[in-house]
Parts: sequence; C-alpha cells; structure tokens
Amino acid sequence: MATAVITPERENYLNQEYGIKSWLLTVDHKRIALLYLVSITFFFFIGGFFALLIRLELLTPAGDLVQADTYNKLFTMHGQVMIFFFLIPSIPAVLGNFLVPLMIGAKDLAFPRLNLLSWYLYIIAGALMLHCICTGGVDTGWTFYTPFSTAFSNTKVVEAGVAIFIAGFSSILTGLNFVVTIHRMRAPGMTWDRLPLFIWAHYATSVIQLLGTPVLAITLLLVVFERVFHLGIFDPTRGGDPLLFQHLFWFYSHPAVYIMILPAMAVESEVIACFTRKRIFGYKFVAMSSIAIAVFGFLVWAHHMFVAGISLYSALIFSALSYLVAVPSAIKVFNWTATMYKGSITFTTPMLYAFGFIGLFTMGGLTGLFLAALGIDVHVTDTYFVIAHFHYIMVGGAVMGYLGGLHFWWPKISGRMYPEWLGKFAALIVFLGFNLTFFPQFILGYMGMPRRYWQYPPEFQVLNVLSTAGSTILAVGYVLPMVYFLWSMRYGKPATENPWNAAGLEWKTSSPPPTFNFDQPPVVDFEAYDYEHIPEVEEVPVG
Amino acid sequence: MADSTATPVHGPELLHHFSTAQQQRDAASLGMWLFLGTEIMFFGGMFLAYLIYRLLYFNEFAAGSRSLDIWLGTINTIVLICSSLTVALGVRAAQMGKRKLLVILLLLTLIFGLAFLGIKGVEWYAKYKEHHIPGMSFDAGDLIRDYPQIHIDPAHEQIYFSLYFAMTGLHALHMIIGVGMFTYLLYHSMKGRYGPEYYTPIEMGGLYWHFVDVVWIYLFPLLYLIDRKPLG
Repeated sequence: MATAVITPERENYLNQEYGIKSWLLTVDHKRIALLYLVSITFFFFIGGFFALLIRLELLTPAGDLVQADTYNKLFTMHGQVMIFFFLIPSIPAVLGNFLVPLMIGAKDLAFPRLNLLSWYLYIIAGALMLHCICTGGVDTGWTFYTPFSTAFSNTKVVEAGVAIFIAGFSSILTGLNFVVTIHRMRAPGMTWDRLPLFIWAHYATSVIQLLGTPVLAITLLLVVFERVFHLGIFDPTRGGDPLLFQHLFWFYSHPAVYIMILPAMAVESEVIACFTRKRIFGYKFVAMSSIAIAVFGFLVWAHHMFVAGISLYSALIFSALSYLVAVPSAIKVFNWTATMYKGSITFTTPMLYAFGFIGLFTMGGLTGLFLAALGIDVHVTDTYFVIAHFHYIMVGGAVMGYLGGLHFWWPKISGRMYPEWLGKFAALIVFLGFNLTFFPQFILGYMGMPRRYWQYPPEFQVLNVLSTAGSTILAVGYVLPMVYFLWSMRYGKPATENPWNAAGLEWKTSSPPPTFNFDQPPVVDFEAYDYEHIPEVEEVPVG
Repeated sequence: MADSTATPVHGPELLHHFSTAQQQRDAASLGMWLFLGTEIMFFGGMFLAYLIYRLLYFNEFAAGSRSLDIWLGTINTIVLICSSLTVALGVRAAQMGKRKLLVILLLLTLIFGLAFLGIKGVEWYAKYKEHHIPGMSFDAGDLIRDYPQIHIDPAHEQIYFSLYFAMTGLHALHMIIGVGMFTYLLYHSMKGRYGPEYYTPIEMGGLYWHFVDVVWIYLFPLLYLIDRKPLG
C-alpha cells in the first residue's frame, strides 16, 4: 500500500490486517464482498468466453468452428455459468454484501460466519463446475430438461447438477442473512420507510432466494437420483411426467429472473436519486413494487411452458398473470423518469449506466409482454426473439446495473477514484456493443431463426455477422472496467468520504470504511434521499 | 470472535456486532424460522410429486403402502414424538438453569433419534430383501401376486418406492444432521455452557428437531396409511 498520499492512511477494513489468512478466514462482510467480486469476475469471463465462441460459430451459416455436440455444450455452459455463478450472486453477494450493513448502520451482517460459509459453498460449487467443464461439460441446455438430461445425455449432468445444487445453498444463505439483518440490525431511527430502496429491493430478492431456491435444489436432486438410480419419476416411458420437472424447475427459475434484475433496480434507485439531486419520486410505490415483483414472480412460471403440453386454460391464466408483472416494473421505470424530471442531472459513469439500464430494461420488458401473449409466444417460442428478450433484461438490465453500481460505490469499496473519462467511454462501448449484439437477434427470431442450432440458412447471415461484431465490441467494454479498476487501486486519486455528495449512511463513514463500519454507532434522524438538505458543491470531483 | 472487541457490556456469548443479547437471540430465532421455511419449500417439491403420482397411480401407491411395516412405522412415530417432548423440556430446563436435567434430556433425545434411525434402517433392509429398492433389480412381482384384486404396473410401483426412499431418505438425512447437532449441544451442556442467560443454541436445535418431527408426522400417514382396509 505504498501510495502517493503523504498523511498515513487511517485504519480501514483493507489495511487492518494483511496476508492470505486474513482474507480467507475473514468474517467481515466487506472483505467477503471482495472475495465474491474476484470469484464472480472470474466466472463472468469464463461464461463470456463461451458466449464469444458461440458468436464466432454463428458468424457463418455452416457449422465450421465447432460441431453440434460441442455447440450444445457451449450454450449450456454459457447459461449455467452466467446464471448460477455470475448473475445470481453478482449484485447481492458483492454490492449487497458490502452495502446492506453500511446502509442500515450495522456493524456487520447478522451471521458473519454464515456469510463466509456461503462464499465457501460458492467456491466448492464453482470448483465442481470448473471440473465438469474441463472434463467434458454438459449438453442439456441450462434448463436440464428431462427426459433428455436423465435418460439420454451422455455428459456430466450429475456433476453440473450437484454444483448448481451447492451454489443454490450459497444463494439461500446470503438471502437468509440479508432478511435477518434488515429485520434485526437496523440502526436507531432507521425505520422501514427510511430504508434506502436498495435495501427494499434486496429484501425482496432475498425472499425469492429463500422461497424459490430450495425448490430448485430438490428438483436437481431428483434429476440426479433419477440419473443415478434410474427412478423413472420424470421418465414418460415409465409413467413419469416430464412436465412435473418443468413445473418444479420454472417455479424457481422464473422467479430467479427477478433475483437477477431486482438488485439491478436497487442500484438504479440509488444512482438516479444521487445524480438528479432529488428524492426518488413515489418512494413508497417503488419500495412496494419490489415486493410486488417478488410476489407476482411466483405466479407466472408456466409461461415458459405454453407449448410444452399444458392445458389451454392454465396457459390462459398464466398468460394473464404474466402481464401483471409489468405493472410494478412499469411503476419503477416511470418513477425513475419522474425523478429525473426537472432534476439537476450529472452525466457521470454510473448515471450513464442507469440511462442504459432504463432504456434496455424497458425494451426487454416490453418484448416480455409479447412473449406473455399466447399467440405471439407460439410463433416465437425457441427462437432468437426469446434470446434477445432475456439478454435485454439480463445483460442490458442486470449487468448494466451491476457495472453502474460498481462504479458508483468503487470509491467506497477501494478508497480510490476510477478515471471518469475512461468510465464514460467504457459505458458508451458497452451500450453500443450490447445493442449491436442483441437487437439483430430480435429480428432474426421474428424471422424464425431457432435457438440452440449451430447452423442456419444463409439468408440469416447478415444479421448474425452484425451480432457477432457487436459481441466483440461488448467484450472490449467489459474488459476495460476491469483494467482501470485494477489500475485505480494503485494509481487512482484517493476518494473522499462522499465523492458524489450522496445521501445515505454508507457515505457518512470514511472511504474505505473501518472494519466495524462506523466510528460512532449512527443514529438516523433523516429520510432516505434527503437531497433537499444536502448542500450543493461546485462540481462533482472526478478522478 | 468476541474476545478481540469485547466491551464491558458484552457477555462472553454476545458477538461483537450485536448490541444486546436480546437482539442476538431475536436474530438467531428469525434466522432459524426462515431456514425452516426454506426446508418446507425443499420438502414441498417432493410432496407435490407425491400428490400428482398418488392421484395418477393410486393402486400402486396403495399396494406399496400395504407392503410397509405399519408397526415399525407407528413405533417410530411414537419415538419421534417422545424425542420432541424431551427437546421441549430440555429448552425449559436450560431456561430454568437446571443444567443436570438438561444433560439428561438431551441424552434422551439423542437416544430416541438414534432409535428412530435404527428402526428406519431395519425397515429399509426389509425393502432391500424384497427387491423394492428402485433401480435395476427392482421387482414388484410379490405385490402383483399378493394383491391380485388390483391392477399393478411395476413401473408405476417403482415411482411409489422412488418417492418413499427419496422422502424417508432425505428425512433421515435431516435426522442424522440433527443427531450431530445434539451431540454438539450435549457436549457443551456437560461443560455447563447453557443456562438462563444463554440458551439460544438449545432453542434453535429444538426448533430444527421439531421441524424434522413434523415432517415425519406428514410422511407417516402419506406413506404408510394410504389404503389399509381389507381388499374385497
């Protein structure tokens, strides 16, 4: 930590102890957040590597780079790694872990050792997944559909299933820790309607993790049992019901979409309030919309099964319920834009990501309504339209939110400023690269290009080339932040306590915070997003 | 962990990040209840599968149910209920500061738990002898012979036994974890760690044990008592 700062650095969570043991045995939520940051970044690049291979293969109509079997493994492992080892833990386990105690004025999460255990479970699961990838991989698609996964696939289904089973427990423990912390560890004066919306959204996320993930766990366990002991529960030739598998699987995996997107919404509420210098418009509605998304999210799973053989009547009901999710999502989008109305907006990097999020999430959400409509869904089922839709939500929404949040709180996490102009540049590249990658896929899908094929008719080539070109641009946009974040840890300008002049308890302690977060236990006597009472500064200092 | 940061108000069992013992107890209690909520969802997946297949293949489920030993199942139910009683009394003993009684009650709980697992093992062994374990050597021929009045499809019979082993197996796994937990609690009780000022682990262990007990209260009728009336 030899730095250009002349005054000796004050004691904080980073310099209090040194050495590998002080990290691997830490129970400090901030250090565990950094452990997660490193490990999910690793998996993000593994998943991204698979994505690039997929895009490279689809550059030409013929199957020339890889053959069908390899291609099946590529998209399967891209999905499994990205969903279970990057997106699900991304914002909650990194930013949530770091910020939940800080934002509510607690010294730590309620169960610090459980928090560390959850990281170790993640690492065990990740190691197993890596072993599975290196020794042949899986080809079932990330959904493990039966009976293919139980009776036919000759790949490492059991190993991948066990890995995701363990990763699920890591996710459950994080969610449990957050719920208990938010209920029991709030500082004096931090009432429920003073909680930052970040906390509300993480609360909703945690509830989904608690209620949904165990169902995935038992489903995967039954798949593993069926494969190992030949049970026949999901095998139609022996009286089993593959639809039962799909119901159980989507009962978790649809709400899991909200595990990934709600935390990104959590970030946006903080960023938008800060850079428009206003209280979030309709605070209570935005808070409750998170809860509503969590509740509605559990009622719509069978819209993934419209063509799988469920009855028309249940399809109708699930279609209608799916529209319901649009209501709380729209509340959020409208209230953010209403917050910006007549606000004094600063175009910092996190704010650029927030703009990107709102636009891309809106597109992803509206195309979600297309898919909730029975007639259109039948037409575009298993086409690239679906791929484009969920990448608009997951990459355009969740990853944008994650990157925006990482930039916003980086001064707090590392005590250093990142180079602002590079940040803006990278945000722009991500936005352009993203749209170039995924917008053509909407058109491809609508024209009828099916997902999960390594070859396609030549008339689809132009759009596929555009998409592949976009993916390489996107990759540059993702590598850049990693490079300058690492650079800034050593050479970045030291950050002040509150570089954005933001509201919120996390900005009222030093950057980086001391091990127990606050020198004096905080007492909260102000509302959330109290920007009317924060004096203006000349300009936001940038690194 | 507490020793490095302990302030005078912090007792030996109060972790550094809580301000009062009450807060710590409330956090542990809420955490345990939430965990049990996740357990309900976990078992819920199997109960759903049970519901569907029992409606589809009632004959096979009834025949499979008849082949289970109703007496061993009943005894196990009683054993488990007794163990729940001893746990509940144990929590009370800890609260009252009766440390010796606590040790005795925890020991009894352990014995009941191990007895349950032993009896369960005997039942599973009987199923093994009858070739009722799902897999390559599964054979429902004896049931088809025994109950000529009802139509039994061996594949569907295997689904009953799949669920029987999955449900009782995962229940037993929870019992084994519980036995491990109570061994730990017993050890620390003998060292006199728990008393009126700190009994949270006993209470949490008890909650977990009651949950595992309640799961069995559902499993017993669902698996053993499907249709026991004499066949006409």
